[in-house]
Amino acid sequence: MARDHTLQGAERRAAALLLAPSLTGTTLFLLLPFAETVRRSLFDGRGIRFVGLTNYRAVVENTAFRMAVANTARFIAVCLPLLLGISLLLALGIRALRTPHREGGGRVFKTTFLLPMGIPVASIVLLWQVLFAKAGIFNTFLVSLGKNPVDFMGTGAAFWVLIATYLWKNTGYDMILWLAGRDAIPQDLYEAAAVDGANGWQAFRWITVPNLMPTFVLVTILSLLNCFKAFREAYLVAGAYPHQSIYQLQHLFNNWFLQLDLARLSAAAVMVAGALLVLILLVQKIRTGEET
Amino acid sequence: MRQPAKKMRLQRLAVGGVLFLLALLVWWPLWFLCTGALMPLDELEATIGPALGRAEGMVCWHLLPSWPTLQPLMELLLDTPQFFAMFWNSVGQVFPQLIGQLLVAAPAAWALSRLRFRGRRVLLHLYVVLMLMPFQVTMVPSYLVLHTLHLLDTPWAVILPGVFSAFPVFIMTRGFDAVPRPLLEAAAIDGAGPVRTLWRIGLPLGIPGVLSALVLSFLEGWNAIEQPMTFLKNQAYWPLSLYLSDITTQNLGVAMGASLVMLAPAILIFRFGQPYLELGIQAGGIKE
Repeated sequence: MARDHTLQGAERRAAALLLAPSLTGTTLFLLLPFAETVRRSLFDGRGIRFVGLTNYRAVVENTAFRMAVANTARFIAVCLPLLLGISLLLALGIRALRTPHREGGGRVFKTTFLLPMGIPVASIVLLWQVLFAKAGIFNTFLVSLGKNPVDFMGTGAAFWVLIATYLWKNTGYDMILWLAGRDAIPQDLYEAAAVDGANGWQAFRWITVPNLMPTFVLVTILSLLNCFKAFREAYLVAGAYPHQSIYQLQHLFNNWFLQLDLARLSAAAVMVAGALLVLILLVQKIRTGEET
Repeated sequence: MRQPAKKMRLQRLAVGGVLFLLALLVWWPLWFLCTGALMPLDELEATIGPALGRAEGMVCWHLLPSWPTLQPLMELLLDTPQFFAMFWNSVGQVFPQLIGQLLVAAPAAWALSRLRFRGRRVLLHLYVVLMLMPFQVTMVPSYLVLHTLHLLDTPWAVILPGVFSAFPVFIMTRGFDAVPRPLLEAAAIDGAGPVRTLWRIGLPLGIPGVLSALVLSFLEGWNAIEQPMTFLKNQAYWPLSLYLSDITTQNLGVAMGASLVMLAPAILIFRFGQPYLELGIQAGGIKE
């Protein structure tokens, strides 16, 4: 008993030692400055005079902020279902290629669809310009079909270019999650169903769909959180000053940052953090719910 | 019995065909970058120049260069010192991050995964929350601390926040979860200290998780836009990722070559790190 106690004590000390560098860094670079951000959000621009919720009110009433929130919401509303649907179809397609003995090209396709995740945005900027410019490849194609060319970057069409770009780059990530979820469904279930005379659609409807539900919830929430990181794609499509249809929260933050408007910026950051915290806690609840 | 087998084969063929068409969306851009880098300058100007407002008419694209040449690539590598500076900026900002993560995140992950102590779960939750926060949230805190430490406009402004990112801690924790506990108890009875156990048993057995974290961090760091854009005003410190995104294409051939050189390390890491990349993605989403 006494020995056991000292063993536990040793583990505690070891844990403290091993965690020390990471926790020090996290505290110094994230937690303390975030506390300061919360404080600043309640003070005036120089961080001296307490102003209560004035900054928050200024942010919420700001038209650019409203536009950015609306754009981000619109982006998520359009992008998320497409992302989930396409990645699921890709995953199921790759599964369907497999036979009991061979991969049947599934590996090549899996690698292919994951590849854009590894392609740096910077290396395809030039290509995107060639594709979407006024005299670019897509417009050449449209003109040859007898249609009018579209100004992809300067009109609302930019939104759809952003959606396509985001899907192109991130579908592979979700596909891997779907594949893992699908691979976890025991093959016995399908064999039993086949014995009972179920056809492909019935097996999908009554085995695949219900068993993929936990994956669905997690993929949805993770993808939702990832959508907030779509700035890189937007930057790829349109640079730092895009058409207003793809002006997102990050653009606004960058603008306010350039103006060194720290009070408003802090309030906005705290609000975004709060909204996302709710989502994240939801993921955590699902995750721990699964473990028990 | 014959009929269903034949039907199955047809079905597979149809699925394969659709996937092939979609795969072209990935293959074609890569083809464009590879052939574009080998295309002579006058051909580039004539074919894609119009898209960039450098020539009249509409853009067109040749599937193969009419006269492949290494000249633009050579010019990039030999006559463009600016490009080299940016390339080494990227290297100098990404690899210190990875080394730092290995030194800082791996021990923390080991403790979170394999040691028992009070507050473990709370800390794990904390790392997950921090990991999932986008740059919009961490931007102001990072600015405040970098400003206080006078690190703005130095490479450290990109490196240090990266080193203390919560993301590798979480992924490595998931990796270490696979190391069996009895092995550790045996090591403890043999008198091995915690650091030695981590070095001798943890790292060799948990290496897939560590590599997953490093592969994902590399891709993230090599592709960095937001951090350098916000914290590095001095263009002398800009990494290639930011410089290329802002390119004004003075020389199309050089730009094409630079795109390819930017792509190459990422593809190389992807080629060898793909299993770990997939593992890392799964670790982020689904319980093992």
